[in-house]
Amino acid sequence: MQNNWRFLWIHLTLLLALLLAVMPLPAEVKLFRPDWPLLVLCYWVLALPHRASIGTAFVVGFLVDVMVGTVLGVNAFGYSVVTFIVAANYLKIRNFSILQQALLIGMLLALYHLLLFWLSHFLTGVYFRAAYLWPVLTGMLVWPYVFLFLRRMRRQLKIQ
Amino acid sequence: MKPIFDRGPSLPLRLFFALLASGGLIVLDHYTSSSAQLRSYLTAAVSPLFYLANLPQDLMFGASEQFKSQQKILEENQTLKDTLLLQNGQLQRLQFLQQENDKLRALLGASPVTEGKRLIAEVLAVYSHPFSHQIVLNKGSNDGVTIGQPLIDDLGVLGQVVSVGPTSSRAILIADNTHAISGRVERTGLSVVAEGIGQANSLRLIHLPHSTDVVEGDRLLTSGLDGVFPEGYPIGRVTKVYRDARLPFLQVTAEPYAMLDRIRYVLLVWPHQGTTVADPEIVAPPEAADTERK
Repeated sequence: MQNNWRFLWIHLTLLLALLLAVMPLPAEVKLFRPDWPLLVLCYWVLALPHRASIGTAFVVGFLVDVMVGTVLGVNAFGYSVVTFIVAANYLKIRNFSILQQALLIGMLLALYHLLLFWLSHFLTGVYFRAAYLWPVLTGMLVWPYVFLFLRRMRRQLKIQ
Repeated sequence: MKPIFDRGPSLPLRLFFALLASGGLIVLDHYTSSSAQLRSYLTAAVSPLFYLANLPQDLMFGASEQFKSQQKILEENQTLKDTLLLQNGQLQRLQFLQQENDKLRALLGASPVTEGKRLIAEVLAVYSHPFSHQIVLNKGSNDGVTIGQPLIDDLGVLGQVVSVGPTSSRAILIADNTHAISGRVERTGLSVVAEGIGQANSLRLIHLPHSTDVVEGDRLLTSGLDGVFPEGYPIGRVTKVYRDARLPFLQVTAEPYAMLDRIRYVLLVWPHQGTTVADPEIVAPPEAADTERK
């Protein structure tokens, strides 16, 4: 069976997204960095819910925690919640147009950032700044590209 | 085709377990003391990813070095030589002053100021997530880095190491929310505590009474009272003093001297090694020593 190892591409794309999340960037653009791992994860949950689900989300979120230096478990929490919403409604979300999807992803990203802020505020007493929400907007803007790129990749490589 | 019947546990159940596990992790990391060790192992485990993520930037810097014109390199070399000459001249004076200071301190019966080994480390990742201002360094326990070790650069204090792996370590910056540093106002000698508020360009001086003599432009130095940072390194400059009698304390903000959002090389300091400053042992990797700061 060739299909058995093809889903490893999912893990490869998630790994690349993690690398993008910690890649050094100039300070001016760093605040605008989209949440690459979450976007890629959302795509795979939408496309192949039997391959990537809450377990995957938890592991990826945990890795983000380790690499980013937030309190362990905070990102894992946010990723699990967002993935749950996507996985529970994947049949509906698949039928949306890409722009509608982008809007929805924006709402989910906002939820993720608010959860993250809420937990961090509770644990380490951070203060809220509106600038924390820039990744929501940039995430929405890059979603169509992430979606189209990963869909093309999935179709060409026949990942199932 | 994927059969529909072996789907495993239902989604809400999975979510429940994931949230339970995250909650457990949060408690483990934030409320128990074993997390420093755990963090160290995890830092070691993911350090290859940091090296990988750093690769494009390294390549780009390497390429720009490669294609620099000879004229530019000669100019740079000349400037570096000039600075070295200047600083060596000042250093001779410093050694004399240091000896004199030691003698005077001995006369006064005060404890001598010690300065130990230093090590240059390169920054693998600056992750200023708004909630955690941290950097990952390319030196770890193999090079003798320990938890709680202070970091400085040529402008001022940067922060301290919080977790160590064999080949990399993670340091928290003074601007981080969870960091506070004990300082002293240079002009008056007043002891202050400067706390990070999660912004790279600002610190807050806490618990200062309204009668305190602090003005804008005051220099803050480390006081050495916290037992982590050695005495006398510059922290920052007071930028705003807001007196409002309705508030219990003065509202004072300071700006760190170090450019916390654009660090490339840092100096790790071993504060309590007991050797004198007369021959500070500076260990510098050759490739790090001759690269300019960005």
